Amino acid sequence: MALDRWIALIFVAFCCIYGYAAFFTMDHLLPPFMQRNPVWPSTFPKMLAVLGAVVGLIVLLGIEQTDDSAEPGATDINYRNLREYKLGQATVLLGLMVAYALLLRPAGFLLATTVFLVAGSAVLGERKLHVMIPVALIATGAVWYLVQEVLGIFLRPFPFFLGN
Amino acid sequence: MIEGILIGLEAAFSIQNLLMVIAGCLIGTFIGMLPGLGPMSIIAIMIPVAIGIGDPAAALILLAGVYYGAIFGGSTSSILLNAPGVAGTVATSFDGYPMARKGQAGKALTIAAVSSFAGGTIGAILLMIFAPALSSVALLFHSAEYFALMVVGLSAIAAFAGTGQVAKALMMTILGLILATVGEGALYNMPRFTMGMMDLQSGISFITLAMAMFALPEALFLVLNPARGAGQGESGKIENLRFSREEGKAMVPVIGRQSLQGFFIGVLPGAGATIASFLGYAVERNIAKGDEQAEFGKGSVKGLAAPETANNAACTGSFVPLLTLGIPGSGTTAILLGALIALNVTPGPRLMVDTPEIFWAVIISMFIGNLVLLILNLPLIPYIAKILAIPRNYLIPFILFFTLMGAYIGQNNATELLMLVGLGVMATIFRFADYPLAPLLIGFILGTMLEDNFSRSMQLYRGLGFILERPMTLGLLILAALLVLLPSYRARRARNRASGVADGD
Repeated sequence: MALDRWIALIFVAFCCIYGYAAFFTMDHLLPPFMQRNPVWPSTFPKMLAVLGAVVGLIVLLGIEQTDDSAEPGATDINYRNLREYKLGQATVLLGLMVAYALLLRPAGFLLATTVFLVAGSAVLGERKLHVMIPVALIATGAVWYLVQEVLGIFLRPFPFFLGN
Repeated sequence: MIEGILIGLEAAFSIQNLLMVIAGCLIGTFIGMLPGLGPMSIIAIMIPVAIGIGDPAAALILLAGVYYGAIFGGSTSSILLNAPGVAGTVATSFDGYPMARKGQAGKALTIAAVSSFAGGTIGAILLMIFAPALSSVALLFHSAEYFALMVVGLSAIAAFAGTGQVAKALMMTILGLILATVGEGALYNMPRFTMGMMDLQSGISFITLAMAMFALPEALFLVLNPARGAGQGESGKIENLRFSREEGKAMVPVIGRQSLQGFFIGVLPGAGATIASFLGYAVERNIAKGDEQAEFGKGSVKGLAAPETANNAACTGSFVPLLTLGIPGSGTTAILLGALIALNVTPGPRLMVDTPEIFWAVIISMFIGNLVLLILNLPLIPYIAKILAIPRNYLIPFILFFTLMGAYIGQNNATELLMLVGLGVMATIFRFADYPLAPLLIGFILGTMLEDNFSRSMQLYRGLGFILERPMTLGLLILAALLVLLPSYRARRARNRASGVADGD
């Protein structure tokens, strides 16, 4: 089964869960005066769940004929040969993004961002750290200044133990 | 209308807004040139900045400038590297790149800039004529019609997705609508589908979703496949920006036809710059005679002018449904709509009446933006083109960082970043399987409005009666159904005719 059908299968399952939540768990929370309304908070989700399941099944069963003649372009990614691509680098970068999300508050913006930028380029194979570290430092400082001073959005610059 | 134009002129020519246009165009060109960053990603990245400005007119002007700049920047990389950063400029590379190979890169860029300018300007004039007319009609619409109109818009977007893609596009639209139901709705004060998480109470932020759908998968694709976007510039020097008088004469009729055609294609929901540019190219090739036709694909002036005019006119045209009905016709205008709502402006027919200065300032700045692109960006192109030489080791971490920053600034919430990564991975898998992502985002942005209008008409008519009692609603809903069903019906009939037997599947 091709990837698009797997996705359709997961989508149908998702619609069933979503529909279950809409049909069976939402309505008893409704206060009595709202029950006289012709439309409930669950009305629209119910419609979506049914529609979604139907459309998902159409994709899953291949009722709509697809045009297989189109060849993927040279720069397009063919997921069947995923191993030929730099999957490791992409995964590590995603991991870095998660780490950044978790460390942004405790480590402070300046440290977290500089480390993220340098580590990101190192993962991609950059070895000239004497160039990358200054570039990352300057960029981090500039972005922090823009966000904090120009846009007026608070970003804690330093790690938590250095105060605000 | 004259009064409105004067108000717009006054607003658009304030120093702040002029700077916004110039900054927007420059930033747009700069980033649009980078492989893999289309106008949608760039606008998504710029939204926190625009919202930070606080003045809706200035913000919208900035974003429109970025939009134009990005399309122009995309043409530049198509011409110089044969690596279109944007789908709408793929047709530009058909004739632009061969021209650059012949050592006429400068001329190709000038032709692209002049045609973009003409397409954008004529588009803006048409917008000035059609938008007020359409919005006076739209004032007659009630929530029932709005509901039906949004259904039409969503189905049109799915219907234009291409053969064999309609069901997939519909699936993405419905997923977008489902994501929009998360959080506390406007009509009912009750959290839905938050799974008890406080962070989901206010729903999923649309900036996060926009970043996750467009910027992040593009960056991941660049990581996965280093060959992508690396046209490795053999373009050489950019010199001699002029084109001859004969070439100019050949361009004029092309520009005239394509700005009209492009504009009206842009107005249609779901169509937009990509279809307009391909169609423009095809039409001009078919019209051209003998020698000129043979020239197409080998560096024809007409073949370059046609898609460039059409895509800019279509970009302008796509503002018509946004400004008059409040319904975005494309991914990019959907992002703009989200930004406007965040700035407390509701686009729609009331926009012209309630806040004429925003409406007209945006239209006037389209003219200024086109002018800025022509006289400011063109001479700078040889220098801006140097950005194409930035090594990807530096570029990719920065793109990732900007997507993270955009999501964080919008919500000031680190959970948002985790959602960004999760949704981004999901979007990348969708891209692998050839699912279109723009319908998801449009569905998400229209979801709340669709539900509000639906609920309002249900309450007004005590049930589904509004569909039958308002003929226009019924008509629009039938149109929506036809739009979805027709492409697959026609494809099936054509296939049956081709194979000679009805296989009855």
